[in-house]
Amino acid sequence: MTRFAKIAAFTVAGLASAAAAPGAAASPMGYLNADGQFAGRILPLLWGLFILSVTVILVIAALVIAGVARRARRAVIREVPLVDSHATAWIAIGVGVTTLILIGFVAWSSVTLARIAYPPSDPALTIRVTGHQWWWEFRYLDHKDPSQSFVTANEIHIPVGKPVRVELQSADVIHEFWVPSLAGKTQTIPGQTNVTWLEADRPGVYRGQCTQYCGNQHAHMVLAVFADRPDSFEAWRKDQLRDAPQPNTQETSLGERDFVQHCAACHTVRGTVAEGKLGPDLTHLMSRSTIAAGILPNNPGYLSGWIANPQNLKPGALMPDLDISGPDLASIRSFLLTLN
Amino acid sequence: MSQITQRVELPVGSMGRHASGWWGMIMLIATEGALFGYLLFAYYYLAVQHGRDWLPPVLPGWAWSIPETVVLLVSAGVVWLAERRLARDGGDLLLVVMLLVAALLGVAFLVLEVFDWASESFTPYTNAFGSLFFAITGIHFLHLFVGVLILFVLALWAALGYFDRRRTAILMTGALYWYFVSLSWLAFFFTLYISPRLSVG
Amino acid sequence: MTAAEYHRVPRIIGADYDSPIARTLERTWETKPGIYGWISSVDHKEVGIRYLVTSFIFLILGGCMALVMRLQLATPNESLLTPEQYNELFSAHAITMIFLYAQPVLSGFSNYLFPLVLGGRDMAFPRMNMFSYWLYLAAGLFMYSSIIVGAVPNNGWFNYAPFSLKEYNPGMNMDFYALGMVFLGISTTVGSANFVVTFLRMRAPGMSINRVPILTWGTTTISVGNLLAVPSVSLAFFLLWLDRRFGTHFFKPEGGGQPLLWQHLFWMFAHPWVYVVVLPAMGMVSDALPFFCRRPLVGYTVVVLGTITTMALGFGVWLHHMFATGIPFLASVFFSGASFVIAIPSAVSVFAWIATIWSGRPVMTCAFLYFASFIVMFTIGGVSGVMTAAVAADLQLTSTYFVVAHIHYVLIGINLFAVLGALHVWFPKMTGRLMDEKVGLVAFWIIFIGFNVAFLPMHATGFLGMPRRIYTYPAGLGWEATNMLTTVGAFILAVGLLTYVINILRSRSSGALAGPNPWDGGTMEWATPSPPPPYNFPVVPTVASRHPLWEGRIPEGVGRSEWRNGMALDDGKEALATTVLDAQPDAILKMPEDSPAPFIVTLTISAFFVGLLLQLWWLAGAGGFATLAGLLVWLWPERELEQRAGAAQ
Repeated sequence: MTRFAKIAAFTVAGLASAAAAPGAAASPMGYLNADGQFAGRILPLLWGLFILSVTVILVIAALVIAGVARRARRAVIREVPLVDSHATAWIAIGVGVTTLILIGFVAWSSVTLARIAYPPSDPALTIRVTGHQWWWEFRYLDHKDPSQSFVTANEIHIPVGKPVRVELQSADVIHEFWVPSLAGKTQTIPGQTNVTWLEADRPGVYRGQCTQYCGNQHAHMVLAVFADRPDSFEAWRKDQLRDAPQPNTQETSLGERDFVQHCAACHTVRGTVAEGKLGPDLTHLMSRSTIAAGILPNNPGYLSGWIANPQNLKPGALMPDLDISGPDLASIRSFLLTLN
Repeated sequence: MSQITQRVELPVGSMGRHASGWWGMIMLIATEGALFGYLLFAYYYLAVQHGRDWLPPVLPGWAWSIPETVVLLVSAGVVWLAERRLARDGGDLLLVVMLLVAALLGVAFLVLEVFDWASESFTPYTNAFGSLFFAITGIHFLHLFVGVLILFVLALWAALGYFDRRRTAILMTGALYWYFVSLSWLAFFFTLYISPRLSVG
Repeated sequence: MTAAEYHRVPRIIGADYDSPIARTLERTWETKPGIYGWISSVDHKEVGIRYLVTSFIFLILGGCMALVMRLQLATPNESLLTPEQYNELFSAHAITMIFLYAQPVLSGFSNYLFPLVLGGRDMAFPRMNMFSYWLYLAAGLFMYSSIIVGAVPNNGWFNYAPFSLKEYNPGMNMDFYALGMVFLGISTTVGSANFVVTFLRMRAPGMSINRVPILTWGTTTISVGNLLAVPSVSLAFFLLWLDRRFGTHFFKPEGGGQPLLWQHLFWMFAHPWVYVVVLPAMGMVSDALPFFCRRPLVGYTVVVLGTITTMALGFGVWLHHMFATGIPFLASVFFSGASFVIAIPSAVSVFAWIATIWSGRPVMTCAFLYFASFIVMFTIGGVSGVMTAAVAADLQLTSTYFVVAHIHYVLIGINLFAVLGALHVWFPKMTGRLMDEKVGLVAFWIIFIGFNVAFLPMHATGFLGMPRRIYTYPAGLGWEATNMLTTVGAFILAVGLLTYVINILRSRSSGALAGPNPWDGGTMEWATPSPPPPYNFPVVPTVASRHPLWEGRIPEGVGRSEWRNGMALDDGKEALATTVLDAQPDAILKMPEDSPAPFIVTLTISAFFVGLLLQLWWLAGAGGFATLAGLLVWLWPERELEQRAGAAQ
């Protein structure tokens, strides 16, 4: 019997220590800590539920173990006589306590839901997120002055401390937008627009990921939110509004021509004739820290490798292996390296 | 010995509502009723999501649907009379005729339904309304088709003398199915033909 | 025509299993030898065992898939599997475990036990009973044949549109799943109807509605649930197939369909389904735990009411799977509240079991260990479910490994632990031999440790933010340690299950003889020999309490139950129907003989579905026509069954 008790105790202790770990260890995707108002308002409820759960499990486990340990015997079953005492008080008390606790949590849960339904102040800007298989398109909207709108991919910059309105759409199947340390999940559903909001309390980079299974490369649909100080956000925004610079060397203008020839069907680089819509907008490619939806660092080596052979790095991705010749690849790369 | 094991006279075999088959039909109707309910849920859910652009410019017409409704209700009534006749007078030629009439009215419904489909201004491929209109009427059509087969088989069994005043269970069970598929038409008729006109205005 | 052929006063006789009437009944009810006899059998015990064996084979297949996936996820950036392979594996694993193991295994127990515990001779519809098994097997093989053509369903068991539509999923993968689920739905529906009518009509006289074992309450409740919920998923998959095959517009936004319609129809079915795969298991624990606590279950009435309430509420909480879809605030609050409330009836059961242990005299057996640990596993799976009921918390928890851990505590903790314990209990009834307790104890501890090592840390993987259904993950996100633990635990669990299966196979041939009632159980099945003869009871038993075999030893009920004297129903295959509430004798039913019709109609239905799958319309048409013809022959009124007028002449 003691073995049973030991194992059960070990089990519960294991759960508790595992749950304590996220707060302490480096866990970019963990949600038992928060860096923004949306996630922060959920946090007490999450911890409350978690502590309640562990307590309930411990109490029930203790009751079962004690109940067994008290009277249990290894005997031939027929040697133990039958009993039939009244014990319904257990159910009355147990269910009564359970009900009271649950009612309390219904109230807490509803209040929390109301608190995350809207941001604490009017949003500073609106970003329209469009989920694609398997990358994210971000359109910074400015309804008053459309010239202030621009498009980027896989990395969002937001001003720190200011709520941002996020409109969610999908270009193909259902995806789910999630940046755990900033905000909970919302699906991007084709044919409808969902709305959520983001806010970061501290400057930093926050990792996010698609959490609704969306096909082959669902695992590789990562995004990053950069929470910038207001001035550096404004500088970034101004930068993004610019068209791509005109190529100023022979190699880069050759590169632009090769890019248009091979890549323009899917990709846009504003300021060139490349206006494809199927893949990410590359106008400011070099301002991003990663490529291929967050799975590869953005440096010349990976960039070449990705252009030459995307199916090797991300099997099933919609970007085909184009068999681009070595010289063409080099010139395209040199052109892309100018897009900052 | 408990009093339950005392001697009692019990019906033997398939006897009316004592028969397992009758209870099985109740189960079938429960689950088919749920199926029809989910079809209606799908219709109203999409209608609510769409709002004003849900309905087609030309609404599903009366020309075929009202005769359909009438023949179906008459058919259900004839089956009801047939059931009463069997309980009162036993199986006879008139019973066979009544069941055949009911079945032929069912066939009439199926034929009218086909004309109805051909006359509508939309197809299953036009849009979601069209898809649902044909899914609902199509699935109901299949149920009714099975119901017509059942009525013909009942007529055959009546002609073979399988039924009498006490052996009514099979007819009762088949009739129950027919009441169900014919009366559930009213819910579809309301949803597809009447409710669109209520929302205009 | 005389009144005699329509009515009869049954003889009251005394008889045991050696009486002449027993030998007559044996000949009347036994399954004939040979393959034809095997195909034609309609014995509920045969059906039950076939369900159990088949579902265990699916359990092992699904488990092997899980092990391969755990190897892929053991370390970051593993490349054992391609993304397609992983995506097909996790989908097939879920479909196997949820649809081909978890519910059928409970159907197996229920089919075997219903007539025995209810003191009857067979289910209400013996042929439909075997029909539901054949359909289950055929639908399972239909879906598994997708492996042969290399087009395994690849969209998880939720199968969300529009990824399931042809545009994004052009292969046959989804067609196998869509048609397979409609196919399987027929089996589930047929089986459910049979359980409900059996429960309502086929109980021993005197077994009023407040005296039936809880497992029959559990199974009957979920069977009603199935009758009402399965049409939703059958419809959803049928409409999906129409969208894929014929270009209709139910789920695609182009043309005005709605991807969310899929989620509604799917979860209206799938949430009740969660209760479908646990309530009968809870019922078995409620019935069998008392054997090992040497007392009746505490709180029979509230546990039954709790079972029914859970199922009813289970229909009102489907939206809590959709909190992240942008549903309106008020709907969220309502469905969140309902999802909290559904925990209350579950708490009733938990405290009833604990009270039973505390006020009883527990005897440590393998079965008892499974049931006692089941209570704790049940609680873990329950409270993690309550956590996701809080909408705001769910927005973080959902779609991460926290939910994966939760569903495994439900499906393994609540379903499998109950099943493994129940098999220890009723295996002796089925085979006449006890399972070895020593090997059983070893298996239990390996399973218990392996399961918890695998799935307790998985909650932490969830808290660390790992999304479900990803085929690989990078290093550095803190997911390495718990994933490795889970993989190790999964293999320990597999070793435990292997030990368990070996124990079954060994005990079947060389286990100790059990005798009729090895656990000194109180319910009617223990009044029969192990294994029971095909006719179960030589005379119709009369029941006066919840525990007929414990009468005189505990104060319960009035009068005495009686199974050695009673009505002799021996004019061919006969069974007694009783009234719904009081179980008063109501009619003598003529039970159908063995018949190949269920098997043949299953073949024709299979041809129909294969025709639809391959778009061989002639085959589908022929299969459909043959099915109708087969049903006509099957249902043709039979003289022997007293279905025709003047049959007795």
